[in-house]
This record gives sequence, structure tokens and C-alpha cells, in this order.
Amino acid sequence: MDLLDPFFLEALVNGILLGGVFALPALGLNLVFGVVDVVWLCYAELVMVGMYAVWFLYTQAGWPLWLAFAACLPLVSLLGLLLHLLVVKPLLNQPPINQVLATGGVLFVLQGAATLAFRTDFRSLGVDMPPMEVGEVFVSGTKLAAFCAALLGAGVLWAFLKFTYVGVAIRAIARDREVMPLMGVDPQRIYLIASAVGGALAGLAACLLVVQLDVHPFVGLSFGPITFMICVMGGLGNMLGGFLAAFLMGLIISIGGFWGNTEYSYVIAFLFFILTIFARPRGLFAR
Amino acid sequence: MNLPLLPILLLVALAGVPLLSPPDYFMHLLITAVLTAVMGTGWAMMGRFGLVSFGHGAFLGASAYTMALLWNELGITPWLGIPVGVLVAVLLGALLGYPCFRLRVVGHYFALVTLAAGEIVRILVTALREHTGGSLGMTPNQAPPGGGFLAMQFGKAGFWWVALGAWALALLVWWLLDRSMTSKALAAIAEDEDAAASIGIQVAREKLKITVISVAFAALAGALLAQYRMYLNPESLSGLGVSLQIVFGAIAGGMYAPFGPSIGALITIGLEEALRFGFGTELTGAAPLVYGVLLVLFMLFLPRGIAGLLEKRAPTRKPAAPAVQLAE
Repeated sequence: MDLLDPFFLEALVNGILLGGVFALPALGLNLVFGVVDVVWLCYAELVMVGMYAVWFLYTQAGWPLWLAFAACLPLVSLLGLLLHLLVVKPLLNQPPINQVLATGGVLFVLQGAATLAFRTDFRSLGVDMPPMEVGEVFVSGTKLAAFCAALLGAGVLWAFLKFTYVGVAIRAIARDREVMPLMGVDPQRIYLIASAVGGALAGLAACLLVVQLDVHPFVGLSFGPITFMICVMGGLGNMLGGFLAAFLMGLIISIGGFWGNTEYSYVIAFLFFILTIFARPRGLFAR
Repeated sequence: MNLPLLPILLLVALAGVPLLSPPDYFMHLLITAVLTAVMGTGWAMMGRFGLVSFGHGAFLGASAYTMALLWNELGITPWLGIPVGVLVAVLLGALLGYPCFRLRVVGHYFALVTLAAGEIVRILVTALREHTGGSLGMTPNQAPPGGGFLAMQFGKAGFWWVALGAWALALLVWWLLDRSMTSKALAAIAEDEDAAASIGIQVAREKLKITVISVAFAALAGALLAQYRMYLNPESLSGLGVSLQIVFGAIAGGMYAPFGPSIGALITIGLEEALRFGFGTELTGAAPLVYGVLLVLFMLFLPRGIAGLLEKRAPTRKPAAPAVQLAE
């Protein structure tokens, strides 16, 4: 097979761009999972709420797009905080299944609320950028812009975790949650911050997704499960691993779609996930 | 072995319900509730030992679609199709479970592996739309006149008895399990897997045993429900949504008591209907909203479900199920 076939190259490029889209929610989920040790089953639904927020502010309230984006981040971040305070915090000492199911309940709540507010119609932002041509390969301008924004977001997150005091505390608590309180770090505060940052990342992901996908109450189901899998494949608490796993999954889906069709490529991606868990239970990139 | 008398009397009384000629709608709710109860009971058989599956929907789908395709494409009666479907689901469960248990995939990881499996079945059913009708769903062919019984297409009373039989079987198996070494071994495994292995419990084998039983009941109920409704679609028979609903029923009723998941099924079906009456089809989002709020409230205030409430009222009668704390 000809690796320089323009269609194959296009699938390759699209896979990398798709990986960028998966990367942000996977990073956010990984942060919360690694720090608070609770799976937010409703993470993709937080993204969905953010997408509706942008759609509503831009097409209905008539705000400029950048302002709608700017409002989306703090809004979803606040939702993350509320989720932590109202649902997760009271359950911190409960078995993990109870925590997961409670956030599963929030998933139904958000889907139901979105259906009530906006019905099940598909809503489109109607924003598009012209495609760019590199050699014989067409690249969607919107996807490329979203990809760059995702990289930027991931970079900011990295710098935050690496260079700020709070960031170091977050990483430390993900390593050892018993010792950190002895070092004078209040875990409850760190949990709050991680939830807010996790929410903000969902907000950013929403901004990038809303320009590529139509919003509907069940849109979260289309990328939610794969986000969990990326997060686990990369290794819990391993940000870089999660980031790389996102691109791997993006490539599998895109190249699978090039050879067969997209549905089967998702089947392959899920199978790949299951086999990865069997072969490397601590994540693909665990040492 | 002497079976307790009360449940047998209850079963006989329930079997007599169609003789009172209740309204069709009432019978419909009862049949749906009992089949949902079988799913929940099956799920709780492994759920209560910390084996939390988010993919039981996959097994409903595997058996229901096997049964329906055998009937539509080859004309094989559901009387044979359902056992074959259950077998397919059980093989699928074993194929997924065995490596999980061998390689010690537990806790969150196990839940996510099962979630992936549920999604795989949902996507496959959708993708194979030439046979399964995709997301639009499919209907089993009508039986030729006079062939209703052979094709397992009979009235509400007939399905009520079949469903009741499946339910009684599930409870009997639960009762037998509670008196077996397997349940004691699994309780030990849920507490501490290493310690259990060190006293000679074959961890993977015991887990596989309970998984096979659990999957078989979910698969049986899934196929019967599809056959009763005469309609199959991927959303209601596979994927995350229906899997979470099964889990919700089991948890709301209480997964540590044998009747817990059945209470949960009554709640979920009752709730669904009440919301449909209360809000009509206008406000379609209201049902999941209330449903989700209840799920959160149950987790916050009543994590052992309704049956857990009864345990407290009668402290002298200890529940037969071991009080397992779900280990990670």
C-alpha cells in the first residue's frame, strides 16, 4: 500500500487533529481522576453543557464568539466545583462504585435538563473556516484551529502543574494522598482546585468541539466513553501518557475509517483499549 | 434442602394474577417489571461482590439479537433461539471476564472494560444494519396463524408465566448461591484478593463462575423482553444507557438482599410510567432529570437501597448476603 497516497495522508492528519480534540477532555478527566480519585462519569455531559452555552450565547443572545468562549470556561468550571461540593465531596469515604453511580446520576440530570431546555434538535453554530491545502492534502481550517487551541490549553495546564505552588501540590497529592496533609497541604482545598481546573478544561473542550460538532442532549455519549478509555490507557495521573494516548486513539479511529468505516474503527479502538488493559493494566506508558 | 414456604406461596399467588383478568396495561407493567427484576437480580449477583459491570447491556443485546436473527433469517423458534442467545452472551461474558480475572483487572478498570464491551456491542448492532435494522431497530416476524405458541408469540398471560418462571429461577439461584462455598469465597475475595488467594481460593475461577451465572440471567431477561415487546433496538438492549439503568434498579432496591433488585425494578418501572403520565410526551427530558436526581439522592442518603432500610428495621434477622464493602 502506498503510504504517500493523499487520502491516507489526509486520514493521518485528521487522526492527529482528532487526537487533539480528545486530548483536552482526557486531560481534565485524568486530573480529577488522579487527584480526587473519583471518576466523573458525567464529564462529557459537562462538555455538552458548555457547548450549549456557547451556542446559546452566540446564536441566540447575539454575543461575539470570543466572548461566548470566554464565558463558557468559567461557567463549566463553576459546574465542576458544584459537582464536587454537592455530589462528590459527601461521598469521598464511600466505595468507588457509589461515587461513580452518583456522577452517573448527574449524567442523566444534565441530559434531561438539556432536553427540557433545548429539545432534542441538533444545533449548529454555523461557523466555518476555509480548508487549507498542503501539497495534495486538504486540512479543515476549523479542525486545525481547534487543534492548536487544544495544544495551547495542554501547554498552559502543563506550566500550571509544573511551575505554580498549587500545581506542585496537585501533582504531589496524586502521588500520595496520605503524606500530603502532613506536609501542610489541605487535600480538600486541592480537590476543589482540581475540580475547578477539570471543569475549565471541559469548558475549553466545549469551545473546540462546538465548532466541529452539532450540539444535542446526547452528544456526550459520542465522545464520552472514548475519553474514559484514553484517560485509563495513558495511565491514571500520567498527564503525558493521556495526551499521547489521545493521539493514538485519534489515529486508530481515523485510519480505521480510511480502510473500513467509522463505526468499525470505533469497535477497533474499543477492542484496542480492552487489550491494552489486559496487557498493560497501569497504562500504555507506565514504567 | 427445604425451601422456605412463604416464597413458594407468593409465587403461586402471583401466577394466579392473570386469572383475575386484570387490564392489559397492568399486565404489561407487571411483565416488564418482572423481566427488569431478573436483569437487576442477575447484575447484583456479581455486583454485590464488588464486580461492578457497566456493560450488562451488551449481554441483553447479544442474546436478544441472536434470538431475533435466528427466527427472522433461519426460522428457528425462540424456544431454541433464547437458549442459544444466552449461550452466546455467556461465551461473550467469559471471553471478557476470564482475562480480566486472570490479569487482575479490578475496580474502576473492570468497570471501564465492561463499559467498552457494552459500547462495542451497541456499535456493532448499529453497524450491521442490513440484518439488525441499525438504530431504527427490528421486529421479529409474525408467526404464521396457529403457530403462535411454537414461535413464542402468545398473549400477556403466557409471557407473565414465562417471566415469573425466570424470576423464580433467579431467586432460587441466589438462594442456592448464598448457601454455597462460592459466595463465601467471593465475599473473601471482595475483602482482600491476596489474602483470599493465599488460603487457597481460586480467585479467577470463582469470579468466572459468578460472572457466567450473572450474565446468563441478564441475557435471558433481555431476550424475553425483546420477544415480549416484539421490538429490538440498540439503545434499549446495549450500550451505556441501559447498563446504567440496570445498575440503578439494583442499587435503588438494594443489591445485598435477594429481593432488593426486584424492589428496584418496581421502582424504576413505576417511576418511568408515573413520569410519562405526569409529564406526557411534551416534556421528554423530565424523566431522565428526575431519574438522575433520584440516583444521586439514593447514593447520598441510601446507598444500601430500600432493602437496606428494611435491614435496619429488623436487626435481629441478619441478611443472608454478606455485608461486603466494595473493595477497589
